[in-house]
Amino acid sequence: MPQVTLTVNGTKQTVEVETRTLLVDLLREQLRLTGTHVGCDTSQCGACVVDMGGDSVKACTILAVQCEGASITTIEGLAAADGTLHPMQEAFREYHALQCGFCTPGMVMSAIDLVNKNPGGLTEKEIREGLEGNLCRCTGYHNIVKAIAAACDVMQGRRTEIASAAE
Amino acid sequence: MNVVQPFEGIGASVRRKEDFRFLQGHGHFTDDINRPGQTYAVMLRSPHAHAVINAIDTAAAKAMPGVKAIFVGTDMAAENIGGIPCGWQIHNKDGSPMAEPMHPALALGKVRHVGDPVAVVIAETRAQARDAAEAILVDYTPMPGVSQTEAAIRPGAPQVHDAAPGNICYDWHIGDRAAMEAAFAGAARVVKFETTNNRLVPNAMEPRAAIGEFDPHSGDYTLYTTSQNPHVIRLLMGAFVLHIPESKLRVVAPDVGGGFGSKIYHYAEEAIVTWAAAKVKRPIKWVAERSESFMSDAHGRDHVSTAELALDASGKILGLKVHTLANMGAYLSTFAPCVPTYLYATLLSGVYSTPVIYAEVKAVFTNTVPVDAYRGAGRPEATYLLERLMDVAAREAGLDKVEFRRRNFIRPDQFPYQTPVALQYDSGNYHATLDQALVASGWGDFESRRAESKVRGKLRGIGISTYVEACGIAPSAVVGSLGARAGLYEVGTIRVHPTGSVTVLTGAHSHGQGHETTFAQLVADKLGVPIANVDIVHGDTAKVPFGMGTYGSRSLAVGGSAMDKAMDKIVAKGKRIAAHLMEASVEDVEFERGTFRVAGTDKTKTLTDISLAAYVPHNYPIDEIEPGLEETAFYDPKNFTYPGGCHICEVEIDPETGKVAVLNFTAVDDVGRVINPMIVEGQVQGGVAQGIGQALLEAAIYDAEGQLISGSMMDYTMPRADDLPMVSVATHTTLCTHNPLGVKGCGEVGAIGSPPAVMNAVVDALTAYGVRHVEMPATPDKIWNIIHGHRMAAE
Repeated sequence: MPQVTLTVNGTKQTVEVETRTLLVDLLREQLRLTGTHVGCDTSQCGACVVDMGGDSVKACTILAVQCEGASITTIEGLAAADGTLHPMQEAFREYHALQCGFCTPGMVMSAIDLVNKNPGGLTEKEIREGLEGNLCRCTGYHNIVKAIAAACDVMQGRRTEIASAAE
Repeated sequence: MNVVQPFEGIGASVRRKEDFRFLQGHGHFTDDINRPGQTYAVMLRSPHAHAVINAIDTAAAKAMPGVKAIFVGTDMAAENIGGIPCGWQIHNKDGSPMAEPMHPALALGKVRHVGDPVAVVIAETRAQARDAAEAILVDYTPMPGVSQTEAAIRPGAPQVHDAAPGNICYDWHIGDRAAMEAAFAGAARVVKFETTNNRLVPNAMEPRAAIGEFDPHSGDYTLYTTSQNPHVIRLLMGAFVLHIPESKLRVVAPDVGGGFGSKIYHYAEEAIVTWAAAKVKRPIKWVAERSESFMSDAHGRDHVSTAELALDASGKILGLKVHTLANMGAYLSTFAPCVPTYLYATLLSGVYSTPVIYAEVKAVFTNTVPVDAYRGAGRPEATYLLERLMDVAAREAGLDKVEFRRRNFIRPDQFPYQTPVALQYDSGNYHATLDQALVASGWGDFESRRAESKVRGKLRGIGISTYVEACGIAPSAVVGSLGARAGLYEVGTIRVHPTGSVTVLTGAHSHGQGHETTFAQLVADKLGVPIANVDIVHGDTAKVPFGMGTYGSRSLAVGGSAMDKAMDKIVAKGKRIAAHLMEASVEDVEFERGTFRVAGTDKTKTLTDISLAAYVPHNYPIDEIEPGLEETAFYDPKNFTYPGGCHICEVEIDPETGKVAVLNFTAVDDVGRVINPMIVEGQVQGGVAQGIGQALLEAAIYDAEGQLISGSMMDYTMPRADDLPMVSVATHTTLCTHNPLGVKGCGEVGAIGSPPAVMNAVVDALTAYGVRHVEMPATPDKIWNIIHGHRMAAE
């Protein structure tokens, strides 16, 4: 079986995979990083989104063998070692942007990439359009959009901490 | 007073306890669980809507790498495995029971819908199982199929079951037919309205999954499953399908990624993996692919209805007559028969003082996936029919649609209000929610906004829906008399540990509702224990004594009330212990939020003092009171609860594309006492999103013979972030009068109230085109054709 060497959440490792193994299966089944989810079979839902070298990718559309030398960050790799949440995670909690939690890892990973790719900030419309690759069935997106706007302000230095949802 | 600081009790928007694990990828969903020695199951499903199975050749597949076993329907039948049971029996007009054909876990002799499981392959890996499934040869003789209810009851239609002649499951009615006919005979005006309530696919983001396990040493079975109600699955699967006593069967529903009803039911795959695990003596995991979900999860809605409303000359409603055809699909899912009857027809009074109602409902078998409760379950169908009918009637009678509704509202002084269709509403104030929503939505200024849209070449419309619904289905004795084959109480255990932390065992199940927070707030409010020290345990039959699970917005109204009763018992016992410790009479001991006090003195004991004494009973009235501080309560409600309110929607249509944009959505809901406003708002927003989805985007499409056309997320339009508006949510509270918390339920109001508000707005926007009605979903194609058809006719 082919070998792949890649860095996942800062740890470099070499794994054996079948040629047909998808990145999401490598993460979930072989590396036991089960925070990355599978919600569909047509690359519509975005529950499997991870960061690959600074780009958000749907881990169900990437073969593991395509990840040679890649640096992958999953939802498990976002919080600081001391447990401090990433501003996007903190904003999702403050704004009640998750209910069942299944779409959440992919939603958070997509949202971070969206903010990073738009350093000048994001309007509500841009956030909504930027989430076209992620489905949530619980929230109606209302609170997700608010959370991303709040996290954007912190990630881009306009605020030092997440604005209270009560504001 | 020992108030918890910061306040975490009833009414506080406490941030959720469960979020930390979900936000860091530490959720524990069924597919995240791997058992030692686990194998993988793949279901081979029928590609035909209706076919005879002549033979199944598994020889080549069994010889493939990694394959442990392949089973077909006859293998299960040979061991007398039972059919998948139905939990509700409806009786026909003549008193005879409904047709209830056998539903084998794996198809026997015939397949009846696309996706009907025919064989299960068990292999060392999922990929090997999938490869082997493709190598199974099934010799089918395809037969004509039927997917639509109206076609299914025509003479000569394909017969789905021999045991259901004419494809009729039941022919049921409610109400007083003679009184209805008399009311119509005296009417100044009769308004007739026909509509289809579009079939929906629930599409919880987590696909269904199940892991079956058997311990040959103890004889114990374990099923991990994506269920909203693990005890119900244990009962149905153990007692009726696999014949395993409850004591030998554990069902675990860990973190579950959304349900919306679709994960209430006992599904074939649960029984298959549990049964087969004992055969292969290894744990077996099955996880649905999304396309399997489309063809095996129970769908929702799918009604075809005709309604007639009789009015007097002043616009007062005299009577309502409804005829509905309801699609059951190919087999009866767990609660399917009660949805178009006791959850639908009983709600046809709505918020109106309609004096007489008569409804008849025919449930029909078709070659489609079973249809069962989906968020709202019968109540969205009733509300949509009524609230569209109210708009049509107002327009035809020349009345203002708001004034027409108000004129017919049940008044606040009429509660408790007995409807002519069995329900007795305990409380509500429909005038108040209407007035609040009219103000919040800027109803009075709408025409200026319509004019502004017109300047930009857009068609703006506004729609209103005033609704009531029924939650927390109960009481057990009544639902039993109506055909339920289960009780509908809930169970709560409060375990106060020696040092004062609390574990709550609840029969309700959280799959997004935030019970770990809301239920902890109940404990914080009553017992004064910080929510950080309160753990909510649910979803495991080995831990929780019993329970009926979460559906029908029942968790807080029924499960929360059970917890409240158990806390009352804790307080009562605590007072007796406190009386002993403080050398007072028990009648003199007061309790408030964690502190026992001798009335009129400064003598106090904390809950922790009492729990410590209860578990370390050195100074303790051991002859009178047992040690320990743990109490369980079963709560069987006296009535349903009746949330209600008013939803107002504003849309703008682009006549060039036919696309409908929802600009504003205002919800004012009466959900009774609010425990956590943040969570209530989230529940309403999510429900409204599903309602807008039904109104504008979603439809499960079958061809006439039963091929599923919209069978993936590429074909079925799930609402995305840019399809939806911000949703303004407010509450107006009247308390439920019969449960101890005064709560009504908030999980379904959004999906119940919103579809007619959206569609009334769409029709309002198209007024100039002479449109009386538009069927859901109001897709751009449909709207464009209406507009351009009208233009062409005019030219």
